[in-house]
Amino acid sequence: MAMLTMREAISQALWEEMERDRRVFIMGEEVGVWGGTYAVTKGFYDHFGAERVRDTPIAEGVIVGAANGAALAGLRPVAELMTINFAFLAMDQIVNHSAKLGPMFGGQMSVPIVIRAVSGGGRQLGATHSQTPDVVFAHFPGLNVIAPGTPADAKGLLKAAIRSGEPTMFIEHATLYQARGEVPEGDYTEPIGVSKIQRPGGDVTIISYSKMLQVSLQAADKLAKEGIEAEVVDLRTLRPLDMGPILESFRKTNRAVIAEEGWLSYGIGAEVSARLYEQAFDHVDAPIRRVGQKEVALPYNRRLEQMAMPQEADVIAAVKAVM
Amino acid sequence: MDKTELLRMYREMVVVRRLEERSAELYQQGKIGGFLHLYIGQEAVCTGLIAARRPEDRVITAYRDHGVAISCGIPAREVMAELLGKVTGCSKGMGGSMHLADVERNFWGGHAIVGAHLPLAAGMALADQMQGQAAVTICMFGDGATNIGYFHESLNLSMVWKLPVLWVCENNMYGMGTAVERASAVGEIRQKAAGYGMPSERVEGKDVLEVRRAAEQALERVRGQGPFLLEVATYRFRGHSMGDPERYRTSDEIKKWQEDDPIGIFRQHLIEGKTAKAAELDALDVSAAEEVEDAIRFAEESPEPGPELVFPDLQAQVR
Repeated sequence: MAMLTMREAISQALWEEMERDRRVFIMGEEVGVWGGTYAVTKGFYDHFGAERVRDTPIAEGVIVGAANGAALAGLRPVAELMTINFAFLAMDQIVNHSAKLGPMFGGQMSVPIVIRAVSGGGRQLGATHSQTPDVVFAHFPGLNVIAPGTPADAKGLLKAAIRSGEPTMFIEHATLYQARGEVPEGDYTEPIGVSKIQRPGGDVTIISYSKMLQVSLQAADKLAKEGIEAEVVDLRTLRPLDMGPILESFRKTNRAVIAEEGWLSYGIGAEVSARLYEQAFDHVDAPIRRVGQKEVALPYNRRLEQMAMPQEADVIAAVKAVM
Repeated sequence: MDKTELLRMYREMVVVRRLEERSAELYQQGKIGGFLHLYIGQEAVCTGLIAARRPEDRVITAYRDHGVAISCGIPAREVMAELLGKVTGCSKGMGGSMHLADVERNFWGGHAIVGAHLPLAAGMALADQMQGQAAVTICMFGDGATNIGYFHESLNLSMVWKLPVLWVCENNMYGMGTAVERASAVGEIRQKAAGYGMPSERVEGKDVLEVRRAAEQALERVRGQGPFLLEVATYRFRGHSMGDPERYRTSDEIKKWQEDDPIGIFRQHLIEGKTAKAAELDALDVSAAEEVEDAIRFAEESPEPGPELVFPDLQAQVR
């Protein structure tokens, strides 16, 4: 095991897959000469060359669209979107093409594309650069949506996504790049569509992913000092959604809190809690609670932005409410 | 060009015409669902253009795709079966009229979001370029698609990266019911290429041999020097789709264009040039009509796709 940051883990995954498979290449804004706006692809341009680390115009429609086309024609493109907010400019390509060309033509085409997108708020970038709309992409059948919360999962899941041959949104959180964690040595993958218990506990189940996983783990440590042992389940993949470990944990604890960074309306918490009520109603000892963002456009002002975003204290309060 | 090839092109145009006429009837009988966009009047474009391609050249087009599918070599049976939603259709009944494709024949669809297949074309050409293939991607689209961002993003990228794409605009004078001059700042679409430093040409789309000549030259140029925009002036004799009230043009206008029927022009050319006698062409007309009737029989007798095609693993779908 090595201690790596999320940035290093993602970078390693890309590097190793490009070394392993000539068909893998990267395209996006500032991925090459600049080295990536989050420095994920630093050094790639010099090593792999301009052909496989392609700087594009600022034009998200054709970035994802041309990557879709290259995927149709047999390559394994990794398209980078500087932020997930810009994915809306490529929404038609993602929803109507990445996810649909396979089934719509009777299975004769496949679109092995990975779209990397940077999500999340909390950096005072204003309303259009701070959204966490991950769940939007998870609405559509035909698209795998991965959003890791630890460096080990980020590396293993990104490698799995590139090898899967299936259209994938790979969502990275902007404020997790410096997060450190143990990462296995050598080549490994993590399974797509498998949730994971990141912290065991018997009193309450906290379901989360990405940045809010880290927040939930910190909240769980504080709750432990008060004698409440929370089990923290990490979704890791939003689609397909694996309810297995969630149900197993809930049948044991009978209490659940779902923590996400995005707005609650029609969100991850709504989906997971509905499934818990449908599939484990007899185990419900308290109304399931959801933690998420206030339903406003995120303001620039630091204090107000933090007020609108879900915090560790909100997770702790929600847990206490269900106990 | 030898006689066999000329007659093949003539017959292909007639197959497309008959297929479209019969499709309209089947649509009115409720046997074809969804939207139906007929290619009648534009046959010289698909036939002339695709005749110029090499087998390795990819073709991708918009939703008015039946003629292009036939020109790419998809049997009329598989086209008709797709229109009827049968499993023997080229897209197994999953795509319908707007989503015909046959990857084996290098026909990459049939795309129904206006302009959205232009980036796909750029990407396929990129893959060929990166893998050292000599193939060209031929990307067809209507005049309406040249006003959307995708057109500009794609033409720009194709020039920046010198991608082997032949952009072909079928300018049939209307984007749905809106005349070109009411939607586009320039009436000649070829002018838009200048903004990207891209060479271009505009040709008459009613003359199949002229379309073929222009396409051959353009493809040659793309193979050596990168992207090219070919504008083909054409006209659809029928409405945008079957549900078009056609309030935006007069019947006199349509009649005037019908006098310049691309099939009639080619027929006359073949007879006057003593390439073929009228009787020979009549025989081809009959055999084309028979091919379409056979295709309809095949399609009607073919089975529906089973639910297993859509729901291979229902548990995985709802998990």
